[in-house]
Amino acid sequence: MIPEPRTGSPPPSPAPLPTGRGIELVLLAFAAVLVTGALALVEANQEQELTQTLLWVGLAYLALFAIAHIAVRRFAPFADPLVLPCVALLNGLGLVMIRRLDLARVERALAAGRDAPVELVSRQVAWTAIGVALFVAVMWVVRDHRTISRYAYTAGFGGLVLLALPGLLPSSISEVNGAKLWIRIGGVGIQPGEFAKILLIVFFAAFLVQKRDLFSTAGRRFLGMELPRARDLAPLVVAWGLSVGVLVLERDLGTSLLFFGIVLVLLYVATERVSWLLIGLSFFLGGCLIAYQLFGHVRVRVQVWLDPFADFDNTGFQIAQALFGLGTGGVGGTGLGAGRPDLVPYAESDFMLSSLGEELGLIGLAAILIVYLVLITRGLRSALAVRDSFGKLLATGLAFTLALQIFIVIGGASKLIPLTGLTLPFLSYGGSSLVANYALVAMLLRISNAARAPLPRRPSTPLPPIAEAGTELVERPS
Amino acid sequence: MPELVLQLTRAGFLALLWLFVLVALRVVRSDLYAASGLRALVPGGRGPARTGRGRTPRQLLVTQGALAGTRISLDSRPILIGRADDSTLVLDDDYASTRHARISMQGDEWYVEDLGSTNGTYLDRAKVTGPTRVPPGVPVRIGKTVIELRS
Repeated sequence: MIPEPRTGSPPPSPAPLPTGRGIELVLLAFAAVLVTGALALVEANQEQELTQTLLWVGLAYLALFAIAHIAVRRFAPFADPLVLPCVALLNGLGLVMIRRLDLARVERALAAGRDAPVELVSRQVAWTAIGVALFVAVMWVVRDHRTISRYAYTAGFGGLVLLALPGLLPSSISEVNGAKLWIRIGGVGIQPGEFAKILLIVFFAAFLVQKRDLFSTAGRRFLGMELPRARDLAPLVVAWGLSVGVLVLERDLGTSLLFFGIVLVLLYVATERVSWLLIGLSFFLGGCLIAYQLFGHVRVRVQVWLDPFADFDNTGFQIAQALFGLGTGGVGGTGLGAGRPDLVPYAESDFMLSSLGEELGLIGLAAILIVYLVLITRGLRSALAVRDSFGKLLATGLAFTLALQIFIVIGGASKLIPLTGLTLPFLSYGGSSLVANYALVAMLLRISNAARAPLPRRPSTPLPPIAEAGTELVERPS
Repeated sequence: MPELVLQLTRAGFLALLWLFVLVALRVVRSDLYAASGLRALVPGGRGPARTGRGRTPRQLLVTQGALAGTRISLDSRPILIGRADDSTLVLDDDYASTRHARISMQGDEWYVEDLGSTNGTYLDRAKVTGPTRVPPGVPVRIGKTVIELRS
């Protein structure tokens, strides 16, 4: 892919563009050092001696990201150099924390005289392997992101089916802790909603590129804004109806919120109309009111959010413990392996934030948030830099999903907004979320590769004719 | 583990974590300084080939239209403008043709040339019929988009 010098032109050929793969490798190695160091610290603080688990988790981690790096070199050589290292660091820290919670759980089981529970970390490593496999597969199959737009309607249909499936299946298969968003067959469960998210973004991006003119047709003006015509509101109404449907059928606040947010932002980005945001927000508020009136679990969530200590032993226990955990961590944290993050229920999935906050403190948590921020800005930058509308919307949608999801989770766990059950991308324990997010990142890298790759040169540039053509001077009117 | 070692490793780990963040931000920063809206360069690149004197335009700036504010740094390569996906500046404009115009360098000067577009290319207010020299700061109009060369 080194640009060839142009034939017959005086200026020297520009040096080949740096691809950033070297920096990516250095940062990946740095992330690996951090993660193995953290694993060793956890074990040292917990058990005084290093176990074999440390060795094989570390080796598996190294091998997986070596494969991912080679795949990027092979399939997307100009892709953004920061995305993969950020993902590697987050995933690695997630493994460390899950391992740390495993140790705590084992200790507690042994103290109570029970058998040692299943080690979640080995499962998470297996899910990471599946995730990296999907990452490589997406890079390998999708050579040009523009081809995806051809399958937009298929993707949209598939996404809808995946989104609705758990809600329609019997509760014995799909219900876990009151939310019906699983498909569990045998011992393995997946959350199809995580994959539906990506498919629906693909569909919506392609749909908006096709119908963009429709959505920017001006209706009447109101308060200095151009309102869209009433009939063009249909897609937003459909999205709103779907979100409410998810809320009713699957009792899952998080997915519903995430889905509506993505549709709204893509509409705004495609049309540049503030009025869409305002209309969407009023829809959202309406939905909130309806949900609050109709559903008991939403009311409980809101009450817990307003005052977690009112019902400390029951509904408020989880969030109150999480807040205590964050408080214990303080600015500097207790040190890896030296806190008690296992006191929070679901510390390894929904409440990963408080576990990390307790052991790494504000300083560590801020670093992790900046890593997320870098990941998201790189996605948005790819959206700015890529030159086709579909790529722009797709990259925006993918990056924004990550952002919104992180906001919802962290807001929920730190009591900024009512708690909704979503996972922190790459950090939390949870197979579907991890695997789906690897597919998402693979698509982002594909788009950033298109944005950064040097332009294809046509072999026979019709350059000589211009040089020979008589220059016709156009007078500038003074 | 002794308390002192615990405290040291704890601080050390946080420091390393922040070092990672700072290295990542440095890469972001060098990327920003590569100064181009469309062409993302990775560190080390100190801007494209230093040809010619100070007066030669270094950037193409979109001043009006949907892409207003976009900058493309100029090297010696020609710039294709149009609705085609492989153009350097992809216009999403009903008044632009698929391959609308080309701006290319001849010697030290930049020339604009219409590639048989439907609605024409205008240098300031005059229609461009053949390759025409584009002085820096003079607007070139293509559909609803106006671009300028800046030094």
